[in-house]
Amino acid sequence: MTGNNQSTYLDFNAGAPLLPQVRSLMAEALTETGNASSVHGFGRAARHRVETARVQLAALVGASPSRVVFTSGGTEANNQALHCMSRDHDATILVSAVEHDSVIAAAPDAQQIPVGRDGIIDLENLRQRLTRLREDSTAPILVSVMLANNETGVISPLREVAELAHAFGALVHCDAVQAAGKIPVDMDALGIDLLTLSSHKLGGPQGAGALILSKTPALRASPLIHGGGQERGLRAGTENVAAIAGFGLAAELAREGLAGAGRLASLRDGLESGIRELAPEVEIFGSAVPRLLNTSCFTMPGVLAETQVMALDLEGVAVSAGAACSSGKVAPSRVLHAMGVDQDRAACAIRVSLGWSSEKAHIDHFLQAWGALYSRKGGQAAKPTDSTEPARSTKAA
Amino acid sequence: MKKAGKPIYLDYQATTPTDPRVLDVMMPFLTEKFGNPHSRNHAYGWEAEDAVEKARSEIAALIGADPKEIIFTSGATESNNLAIKGVGRFYKDRKNHIITCATEHKCVLESCRHMGQEGCEVTYLHVAKNGLIDLDNLRQTITDQTALVSIMGVNNEIGVIQPMAEIGAICREKGVFFHSDCAQAVGKIPLDVNEMNIDLMSISAHKVYGPKGVGALYVRRKPRVRLTPLFSGGGQERGMRSGTLPTPLCVGLGEACAIAGREMAQESERLHYLRDRLYLGITDQLPEVYINGDLDQRIPGNLNLSFAYVEGESLMMGIKNLCVSSGSACTSASLEPSYVLRALGVTEDLAHTSLRLGLGRFTTEEEVDAAVDEIVTQVKKLRELSPLWEMAQEGIDIASIEWAAH
Amino acid sequence: MSYSNKLIDHYDNPRNVGSMDKKDAQVGTGLVGAPACGDVMKLQIKVTPEGIIEDAKFKTFGCGSAIASSSLITEWVKGKSLDQASDIKNTEIAEELALPPVKIHCSVLAEDAIKAAVEDYKTKHGGTADDADATDAADAEEARSA
Repeated sequence: MTGNNQSTYLDFNAGAPLLPQVRSLMAEALTETGNASSVHGFGRAARHRVETARVQLAALVGASPSRVVFTSGGTEANNQALHCMSRDHDATILVSAVEHDSVIAAAPDAQQIPVGRDGIIDLENLRQRLTRLREDSTAPILVSVMLANNETGVISPLREVAELAHAFGALVHCDAVQAAGKIPVDMDALGIDLLTLSSHKLGGPQGAGALILSKTPALRASPLIHGGGQERGLRAGTENVAAIAGFGLAAELAREGLAGAGRLASLRDGLESGIRELAPEVEIFGSAVPRLLNTSCFTMPGVLAETQVMALDLEGVAVSAGAACSSGKVAPSRVLHAMGVDQDRAACAIRVSLGWSSEKAHIDHFLQAWGALYSRKGGQAAKPTDSTEPARSTKAA
Repeated sequence: MKKAGKPIYLDYQATTPTDPRVLDVMMPFLTEKFGNPHSRNHAYGWEAEDAVEKARSEIAALIGADPKEIIFTSGATESNNLAIKGVGRFYKDRKNHIITCATEHKCVLESCRHMGQEGCEVTYLHVAKNGLIDLDNLRQTITDQTALVSIMGVNNEIGVIQPMAEIGAICREKGVFFHSDCAQAVGKIPLDVNEMNIDLMSISAHKVYGPKGVGALYVRRKPRVRLTPLFSGGGQERGMRSGTLPTPLCVGLGEACAIAGREMAQESERLHYLRDRLYLGITDQLPEVYINGDLDQRIPGNLNLSFAYVEGESLMMGIKNLCVSSGSACTSASLEPSYVLRALGVTEDLAHTSLRLGLGRFTTEEEVDAAVDEIVTQVKKLRELSPLWEMAQEGIDIASIEWAAH
Repeated sequence: MSYSNKLIDHYDNPRNVGSMDKKDAQVGTGLVGAPACGDVMKLQIKVTPEGIIEDAKFKTFGCGSAIASSSLITEWVKGKSLDQASDIKNTEIAEELALPPVKIHCSVLAEDAIKAAVEDYKTKHGGTADDADATDAADAEEARSA
């Protein structure tokens, strides 16, 4: 693929390769000139592409197209959701302990709701906190809970979260970056007031995301980036037409492809049964609760994740240590830590994530490479090779 | 005169076509090289990271910066927001005064206005009739409370070039950070952040034949400029800008800068010739055409003309084969005359008659000649239709008439 | 913004462009709008001694919708009595040209222009239609003898 023997990509949760249809569309859109705010023909053609994508996005999550705000990506959308509530409306923010970095960092003062060993949010704890907050004041509250976790794939009981939150007059933000396109998402049915999507996790291009708003009257969004008044004043900046068009098509293809998700499930199940055969002591995180069909997060006891990932890379298999999105910072997986996984074990967890181009041959390739490593290292080492740096493992997506 | 095929694109300040050479470099990153540049432990990620770092160097080279001083963003709007709000918020407790100019891009003005709401004091400098700020006025406006001066390099509507080196020298002398929105300047005129003492510079890709959806902010390291990020997350871009970097777009911006650096001198000469041909072609045939903004202190790819007695929107409707703008793209959907022209002191009636003509890399001499023909024909036709033109021919002073407002 | 074919036709091929002698007693002139607002419309009618508009001319400084609105109204008023012409509503113009909402003011301006032209004509003729007839006849006499 790139000159070496790289051939198996199993890191879709970090970023999916562009879908071929999306690539064709973008190749076309990238050659077009036109600022979507210009009134001449070139501008109107660009505008048409943006508005088509808006409809496609809205359809994926059961929203109204006029409530879709395009951003530069999921990180920006998450920040906008939390900032406009905390900074502009002085809301108290509650987040689950396993949220993506962009949610945690956007709301440093947020209260964190713990999760259980299975990664599921503690609803009783949420209820208690909401009760306490409402005893003191009627100020706005925002509860931010991701729909599916990027590291473990565990799916949150969003409807229950939303019912609870709404009973206390709180609004609900949901980071659905990893879930969208993999499981059905219906904002109304789930009771979501603000929803974040990312293009490149859907098989669309990098550089596009969306914040989608419900019609809840109490919801008054505000911009993070000010300027020319694009996106109904909620996000300034010349529209990234080609990426937005690609994002829209990826959303449409994802919606059509939901029915075929069983294919990924059988691949993933094949992967996990293969791993259990090779190493019965392996722990697969979240395997007892609802989980995305494409994600598997597990340990090779005694072998640091980074060691596994490097060794697999040499064999041409790309996976990730935990999540893959922080910039070179070395820190233990916050998600596994929140689930109560001890540090030694967490340091040995890797994430395999599948997507549209995954095939059985890729699973076999992975199992062969991982199995070889296991028989070299895993079987013998009962504890991490260097316990003074157990944390050299995780990057976040 | 109506040529078959595509209309002639003369709106290069709204956006530029992506150069095919830029696209060629981008395309592999849309297909086989799809890694997340932050995935540090497999080859897909490294390859993306290498490409992003090369692009960073290419951008830095064009403006005389160090690659470490370049932060990728989603575009110049975000860069301007990040520079103004970022510096404003970080230094607010010590210094809370921001100076900008009335003809800045909307996103600079809006960011400043927003900082006003967050407790900063904002001064909007006036410009002279030629569109340039008064340096003495700037010097006098700076106080010991001033944290930031934000003055654009090149105006998006009238193409005039502000005296950046002089502004930079004043800011350095006074110990104030100088931010410049150079979305319209980068790749068009030589820029050097050290010679010009620029501390923060906003860069846009799609104004310099790169893709939409990416830009950069130059942030000086010595003396160090600190800023509060607009948004947080994975801590990418030295913590100043979180979010997955869009590799193909970053690569596209890098290549666009590399090409601009190589071709700027020659291209500038060519555009000068075309711009003069356009300007003279029109003014030789039409009386009462006025240029807005300084003609000499201006990038070669811009003309902004007022065609007296002809309303701009109807002229745009008439020149069917030309894609131009009657104001800045952000606001042209509204019916208000351009705030930039009004800041120059252009009267409202003349502001209503203005067109922005933007030339660029793919503009040909034939296109310029066709544009001259079409503009001259339409202006003549619309003047025949214009009661104001008729009055002017009869010697009636239009300003002396008491018009009923409606 | 997209425009109707009728609007574009009136813009591309405006009807009845021109000027009449505004001192001519048979002519009523309406000049409405303001340059600073981006629209100025001059509409002139030529009225027969019987009080029928036999000709109309316009000149307009303004956007395509303003030009089309004034072109259309010059077509409509021909052959109408002064009262009928004054009764034309801007909504009829807006509907005929399918004006987008932001351009409705152009049709208002056209309605104002015809009303102003009729008013000007009536003022010239002493304020009432009957007087107008009489004066017209006198003017016509004068013109013949000149």
